[in-house]
Amino acid sequence: MVHCFKFSYEGNTRYFIWDIESGSLHSVDCFAYLCALNRYGNISDKEKAEFDKIPVSEKKEIEEEFEILESQGVLNCPVSENILPTKSGGEIKALCLHICHDCNMRCAYCFAKDGTYNTPKDYMTFEVGKAAIDFLIEKSGKRKHLEADYFGGEPLLNFDTVKKITEYAKEKCKNAGKEINFTLTTNCLNLNEENARYLNNEMENVILSIDGRKEVHNRVRKTANGKDAFDLILNNAINFRKIRGNKKYYVRGTFTALNTDFTEDVKFLSDVGFDQISMEPVVLDENNALAIKKDDLPKILKEYEKLAQEYIERRKGEKWFNFFHFMIDLKGGPCLKKRLTGCGAGSEYIAVTPTGEIYPCHQFAGDKDFYMGNVLTKQFNTDIQKKFANITVLCKETCKNCFAKYYCSGGCSANAYHFNKDLYKPYETACEMMKKRLELSLAIYAIENNL
Amino acid sequence: MKHINTLVKNCLNKSENSGCGECQSSCQSACKTSCTVGNQSCVNKDEKVNIKVKKAD
Repeated sequence: MVHCFKFSYEGNTRYFIWDIESGSLHSVDCFAYLCALNRYGNISDKEKAEFDKIPVSEKKEIEEEFEILESQGVLNCPVSENILPTKSGGEIKALCLHICHDCNMRCAYCFAKDGTYNTPKDYMTFEVGKAAIDFLIEKSGKRKHLEADYFGGEPLLNFDTVKKITEYAKEKCKNAGKEINFTLTTNCLNLNEENARYLNNEMENVILSIDGRKEVHNRVRKTANGKDAFDLILNNAINFRKIRGNKKYYVRGTFTALNTDFTEDVKFLSDVGFDQISMEPVVLDENNALAIKKDDLPKILKEYEKLAQEYIERRKGEKWFNFFHFMIDLKGGPCLKKRLTGCGAGSEYIAVTPTGEIYPCHQFAGDKDFYMGNVLTKQFNTDIQKKFANITVLCKETCKNCFAKYYCSGGCSANAYHFNKDLYKPYETACEMMKKRLELSLAIYAIENNL
Repeated sequence: MKHINTLVKNCLNKSENSGCGECQSSCQSACKTSCTVGNQSCVNKDEKVNIKVKKAD
């Protein structure tokens, strides 16, 4: 299977052919692009008219080149029949620890219902955290590298427990011959100097939630008492950035239907000194005024192109930055199993709530249909685990012919369930954005490497 | 070739289906609302895709 796409940069249009099954990228001229569309894809009437104008001699040359590449297995490579991932042994390697179901902010788009997940404002105790770490180590089998992600609500509201769990887990894992890395996601409101230094020392990765420009951020991210807090949050985040040096962090924004010009927000974050940036589309029911609707997609896809152009420019000089969704490794990257199984939610990655309840991931927390057990009782429903372990991109009908299937792994299971009530039916709006970002990642790779 | 320049060949190595599981869970990174694995590294290959690569002058 073959995917043809183009990208405009500095007034020139670049044409590409992406061979899906081999993962081969070809830069082609306009004639070859049209010939590929005609030979492999669905050529539009307009493109067919252009194709018909190509001199016969040129078409012949191009067809010969296609045939050479096909014989080399780098163009129109057939789908492999025997690439099922190795079976999961039921090991769990990562936890999302809901350190508290409470938040000091009231973000308009919060999927967790103001951080509460529709539960009482529970705070995880050390005993629950300890049981979760013990459960992780016990279930991790031979896995050496383990992870725990402090999530909320706002984890800094229960920071003493974060510290106790971290200290316990590091010692316990060391004794078990394993390594554990921590991530913490914060809204930065309580990210004072002391907290920042602790996170810098103890966390492998820190995610700072800021949506970009002041007016964009303040419009949707109010404090619990309805105040604007952008200046304080930005100041705290910038201070953390200075402390952080070259260690891993992301400033992570959310864009909504109200800021489909999100390139301006990414530029703002870059301008104030952040160089690891993620900007995620909001995930909300289409009835919500902030939701990304299918009708918004054309302008959002255009905006990603604009962001890619700005990205290439900035990365040439002092304003170099990294955009999470434009990162791609075309010389290796994850193994096939990872590409087929994705995030591992419910199978090797679980979420633990403040009361110790286990769910496939943070986005299923509180949904009784997906309740998997409790770390305090060690009761664990392996049927749900097996159900999630069997979800691969190869099982999803809409993914079979998608050119992005080995890069998104069939999308987020929670989104599929929440939008389509079907774990095997991906959320289409996210698919369209994912596909655009993959095209742009490939084009950026080609341009940045002077290819 | 006159019309086609192959930039990357066979970046999907399907025979290398190790699946050791030692890599990062993709949702532990920055997204939390999507599933992207194409931008991840393999712990066995010492790859780093999120750091600035300094080009030689």
